[in-house]
Amino acid sequence: MNIIENFDLYAPRLVDKKEYLCSGHRACQGCGEVLGLRLLCKALGPDVVIANATGCMEIISSMYPYTAWEVPWIHVAFENAAAVGSGVEAGLKALRRKGKIADRDVKVVGVAGDGGTMDIGLQALSGAMERGHDMLFVCLDNEAYMNTGIQRSSGTPMGASTTTSPAGKVSQGQKTWKKNVPEIMVAHGVQYVATACPSYPLDFINKVKKAIKVKGPSYIHCFTVCPTGWRSPSEMTIKLGRLVVETGIFPLYEVEDGKYRMTVEVDQLRPVEDYMKPQGRYRHLTPDQIEIIQDRVYQEYNKLLDKVNGLHAWSDLQYEWGLFD
Amino acid sequence: MAKRVGMEVAIAAAEAVGMCNIDMAAVYPITPQSHIAEHLSEIVADGRIDAEFVTVESEHSAISCVTGASATGARVYTATSSQGLMLMHEILPIVSAMRLPVVMGIANRAVSGPLNILNDHSDIMPQRDNGWIVIFSENGQEAVDLTIQSFKIAEHPDVMLPCCVNIDGFQLTHMVEPIEFPDQKQVNKFLPPRKPYATLHPDKPASMGTFAMSDIFHEVMKAKDEALKDSKKTILKVWAEWEKMFGRRYRPVETYLADDADVLLLTMGSMGETAEIAINELREKGVAAGLVKIRLWRPFPFDELKQAVKKAGILVVTDRAVSFGGPGGPVAGEVKAALYDEKKRPLIYNQIIGLGGRDMAVSDFVKMVEDAVKAGAKGITKDYEFYGVRG
Repeated sequence: MNIIENFDLYAPRLVDKKEYLCSGHRACQGCGEVLGLRLLCKALGPDVVIANATGCMEIISSMYPYTAWEVPWIHVAFENAAAVGSGVEAGLKALRRKGKIADRDVKVVGVAGDGGTMDIGLQALSGAMERGHDMLFVCLDNEAYMNTGIQRSSGTPMGASTTTSPAGKVSQGQKTWKKNVPEIMVAHGVQYVATACPSYPLDFINKVKKAIKVKGPSYIHCFTVCPTGWRSPSEMTIKLGRLVVETGIFPLYEVEDGKYRMTVEVDQLRPVEDYMKPQGRYRHLTPDQIEIIQDRVYQEYNKLLDKVNGLHAWSDLQYEWGLFD
Repeated sequence: MAKRVGMEVAIAAAEAVGMCNIDMAAVYPITPQSHIAEHLSEIVADGRIDAEFVTVESEHSAISCVTGASATGARVYTATSSQGLMLMHEILPIVSAMRLPVVMGIANRAVSGPLNILNDHSDIMPQRDNGWIVIFSENGQEAVDLTIQSFKIAEHPDVMLPCCVNIDGFQLTHMVEPIEFPDQKQVNKFLPPRKPYATLHPDKPASMGTFAMSDIFHEVMKAKDEALKDSKKTILKVWAEWEKMFGRRYRPVETYLADDADVLLLTMGSMGETAEIAINELREKGVAAGLVKIRLWRPFPFDELKQAVKKAGILVVTDRAVSFGGPGGPVAGEVKAALYDEKKRPLIYNQIIGLGGRDMAVSDFVKMVEDAVKAGAKGITKDYEFYGVRG
């Protein structure tokens, strides 16, 4: 894990120098989401079409008459990136089969925020994954509706103060635990599901490369820091992305053909307080409340380890007594 | 001349789509559209056409899916009804703003509540201002012809707009009618492959559906309005070409015995045929009655409408939907607005008829016209009436 020390030596060879999402866009200082998008594009390369949901990444990259996109890109609405992506995939497939476009693989990639993936876009995503389109869907999760002004979503973690789950005299902020969408994607039988964070760029890039090799649906849930929404210092974006992994709050793992694997091993989990303290959205929490969150993190982490240690790849599950005997 | 066959209109509409060399369709089932969806899936399943058939999980995804496919340059089709069209509503103005050709069949059905699966126009009327070309068919033959024509109109480089063909639910979709299918080779000649303006492909990257602030949004809306208005020229050209090739004439406003009529009835959709019989009966009774049928709802045919009604003293406008708390029926509201500046204009009676599949017999149309004639100028005591309503 000492890649940073030799960054100048290795990075130029490991990461595509070409930018597919150009500078000059309107993202906030220290935006983790646009960094995730930039790395995603580098990993994807040029032969893609991106279907983007409404949200920060759409408005910062496409203000007419400008565009930051060097790859084909489409935005239609908020909840339908997966459905639009499905259509792009179906259109390209038919046109290629009928000899109307070049006979070459073009990967369709759906991109949405946590709202566009986990809340309003979940139905379209479920439909697209169930139908088996050859599409990678990437959720850039910054844990609230940041584009509309930091309202809570089902991706907002317990205790976080947002503009619709504010901390108040009788409220401790968000009252619900974060929805586990990667697990919902595994339940769809998606061949490749992974979590990622731009603070671990090579891990993220490798996962994207694996995901696009799948002939069918794949899903990456990318954790992205939002200094504006989290009231955290913009220079701490990368650090917070590492702390969320080191505390076990957002473990980096992949599920390949049903087999769980930790891609970034953490020997000793750091206390959640290390991650929560620099963020204004958690400032109101009492030690008792942080303790509850700490317990939940251990429980969820152990649940994941249980799957890593216990579950087999789906293709290994040979039935000696067949279901169809 | 091609052979006539007896066929259910929904099946015939799907057959028409099958003649258009589509690349992709996305549909979600809803009554009474479902026979279109089912039969189109059969055409694909039997390998009669080479197309992707995407069975989406909602109408919202159906319209989103065909929009994405249209952006790749594919020829696309979808169909829906009622609640399905209402669910699509959010996406409809985006499709037209993106100037993406999409053809959609609408098996018109009442909108809930209460739940009702039968025919009226309350599903299409809320979609009036979305920048789509909106055409009404009166019978099965028209549903077939207009479906084929719509691909040519929507994809035309001077148009590049989505287009919907309204086919009254049950009253048309589920009727077996005599249909004359055009010859496939002639259709291929009439409708060559789509030549898209821009497509989503890495060989020539494009950004589609970008964000626009107030410095440009206003202009985009004007451009959309002009594009839709201008589309009429192409629509007329396409209809002229169709008439030349297939012998059937289509006009934005159709008339029947209207030239010398003192009193005119105005319909839109399948009730035009019943109204025609009523006009015959009225003529036999000595009433100088005629019929005006609006085929092209958007872009609205102002000139043709003015021309059609200019001699009449009374105009009975029928509406199959209600603009609640407003001017009555949306068609009457539109017709009144269109005639406001005319020096000579007819008295307008607005009858809201046949909601939620309420049957309208020939005698009902006769009665409406006779009542209007009897009442004359003193008769307009209400802006509109719910024809035949109880209580």
